[in-house]
Amino acid sequence: MSFVRRNLVLLLGLLVLVYMYIPNVIVALMSFNDSSHARNLYRFQSFTWDNWLHPCRPDGMCAAVGKSVEIGLLATLVATVLGTLAAFALVRHRFHGRGSMNIVLFLPMASPEIVMGSSLLALFVATGFGGRLGFWTILIAHVMFCLSFVVITVRSRLAGLDANLEQAAMDLYATEFQTFWRVTFPLVFPGILGAALLAFSLSFDDFIITNLNAGQTVTFPMFVWGAAQRGVPMQVNVVGTVMFLIAIAVVVSGEVLSRRRAKGLVA
Amino acid sequence: MSSVADAPAGGRDLCLTGLRKEYPNGFVAVQSLDLEIPRGSFFALLGPSGCGKTTTLRMVAGLETVTAGSITIGDQDITHEKPYRRPVNTVFQNYALFPHLSISENVAFGMRRRGVKDVKGPVADILELTELTEQANKRPAQLSGGQQQRVALARALINRPEVLLLDEPLGALDLKLRRAMQLELKRIQTEVGLTFVHVTHDQEEAMTMADTIAVMNAGVIEQLGSPTELYENPATTFVANFLGQSNLIGGSVVGVEGGADGQVKVDMEGTVVSIPVERAHTANTVGTKGWVGVRPEKVLIAPAGEPIDAPGNHMTGAVIVDSSFIGVSTQYVVRMPWGREMLAFEQNTGARGVLAPGTKVDVSWRPEFAFLLDSSQDIDAGLGEA
Repeated sequence: MSFVRRNLVLLLGLLVLVYMYIPNVIVALMSFNDSSHARNLYRFQSFTWDNWLHPCRPDGMCAAVGKSVEIGLLATLVATVLGTLAAFALVRHRFHGRGSMNIVLFLPMASPEIVMGSSLLALFVATGFGGRLGFWTILIAHVMFCLSFVVITVRSRLAGLDANLEQAAMDLYATEFQTFWRVTFPLVFPGILGAALLAFSLSFDDFIITNLNAGQTVTFPMFVWGAAQRGVPMQVNVVGTVMFLIAIAVVVSGEVLSRRRAKGLVA
Repeated sequence: MSSVADAPAGGRDLCLTGLRKEYPNGFVAVQSLDLEIPRGSFFALLGPSGCGKTTTLRMVAGLETVTAGSITIGDQDITHEKPYRRPVNTVFQNYALFPHLSISENVAFGMRRRGVKDVKGPVADILELTELTEQANKRPAQLSGGQQQRVALARALINRPEVLLLDEPLGALDLKLRRAMQLELKRIQTEVGLTFVHVTHDQEEAMTMADTIAVMNAGVIEQLGSPTELYENPATTFVANFLGQSNLIGGSVVGVEGGADGQVKVDMEGTVVSIPVERAHTANTVGTKGWVGVRPEKVLIAPAGEPIDAPGNHMTGAVIVDSSFIGVSTQYVVRMPWGREMLAFEQNTGARGVLAPGTKVDVSWRPEFAFLLDSSQDIDAGLGEA
């Protein structure tokens, strides 16, 4: 009993972790499920490598994944570039409307997705794009909601940057351009990278806004949603597991890199 | 960048003419400043926070635009030059070391930007000079405050600027380390022979290191001179109070004897004291009011009736109200017959024990140690600002 009392916080913490990661464990387990003869798709039948060896067997799934990755990468690129520029403007320059700019940028993060999705749809229809919904309208929508997150992430990194560092660089014979590339950019880069990762994951898994503005285009979340009505193919779990492993790999390598950096092992 | 390479060895004089800084909100940080800083000197800009000393330094570095006036080094006008085109380097108050670069890369930064190919030798030399050789591959965050301070110094010094600007470089260090670094800085300055312009609010620091000190207050230079000149013969109440401590007593001129090296006679609360003409910073005509000033360690006291080793300026009827023994000396607060208090510091030579509060004493000082200041100046100027 006293063991429990002494380690209560630790045990509670472990319980929370279990609670958080059980869905991922189930997904990983189900990716090895042989469902070919099953009536109930959500019960583990028998072990197989088959799903991993033929991940593209379900019709249209890999195409949907490809579409999601394509949109995700493009939306991330555009949102990260625009958002970084906006963050620099907001932190470094005093201009008219700077205060209201902050609020306007924050609003998309606070408003419900269903509202944003439907108002975007209304906009597209009103401007005559109602018949041409698809890849480009999804991309526009994704850039829009990723932008706020990028600005907020980069801005906080930039605000924490000592302005003296840039002055010190200029004092040490670095031109404006050299100052940016040698000092400002390397120091803000972790923030930009973090913002890009966030933007990609937001774009990759968005369903609500995408579904309203997708037309005939099918992204991975939309494929899963559609498939769920008939029974999700086990290969979806393969994709889910891969995504989860990639995310973990990114986080772990980022952590390792920043620790080595802090210890001064990376030049 | 040619300006850096072409600079003659040993540097040139730095000259500020009518330098002024006014911010868009109307605040005037620096009012028409004229300064000539000879090459190779250790020059201190001393003043309380907000007096404009850092703004002046930043204008010289090119980090602040100039409202009016000019900055020249030798005959080269750098008033509107970009910071990276000036032959000056700065040691920042918070050091501003690049956190993503190693110590040796921090130090090499300036040379690399100037296109110097072989930086290894100079970097090793300067790390040696600042005793940082073992830290070369570490990051700034892994170093102690004192080490970071030396990196900031090395990073600037390696470029052999004509003028090195130091903005409160020791402000973040603890007292003991600060004392050590003061001597260290002075040693390095003597060794490399560059012009150092040092901004500080610490009068002791300025006096320890600088050849010449300019005392700044509210955007103007109050007085300029060597530490001894400023301390022994302050020209304003601000300097008298900010640089060390002073007893200031109201009085009025009753006569002048002799010429340029004569004496001004001042009636100070009934006692006539004499002050050398070159130490009287007032109009020396009969009836002029002024502050008679004398440093506490120049004030001699003795129990009433006992002889004091000081001719003239002898006053009786004072009472000790407080005495604090601080080891090397004893500090007395003495109430004068006219009601005001004076400070007297006495060296503990062992000739006499500590006098107890309540003791009646006579007070005296040698006339050549007193100074006379303009009575229109605030008697409390510069107090409690350091």
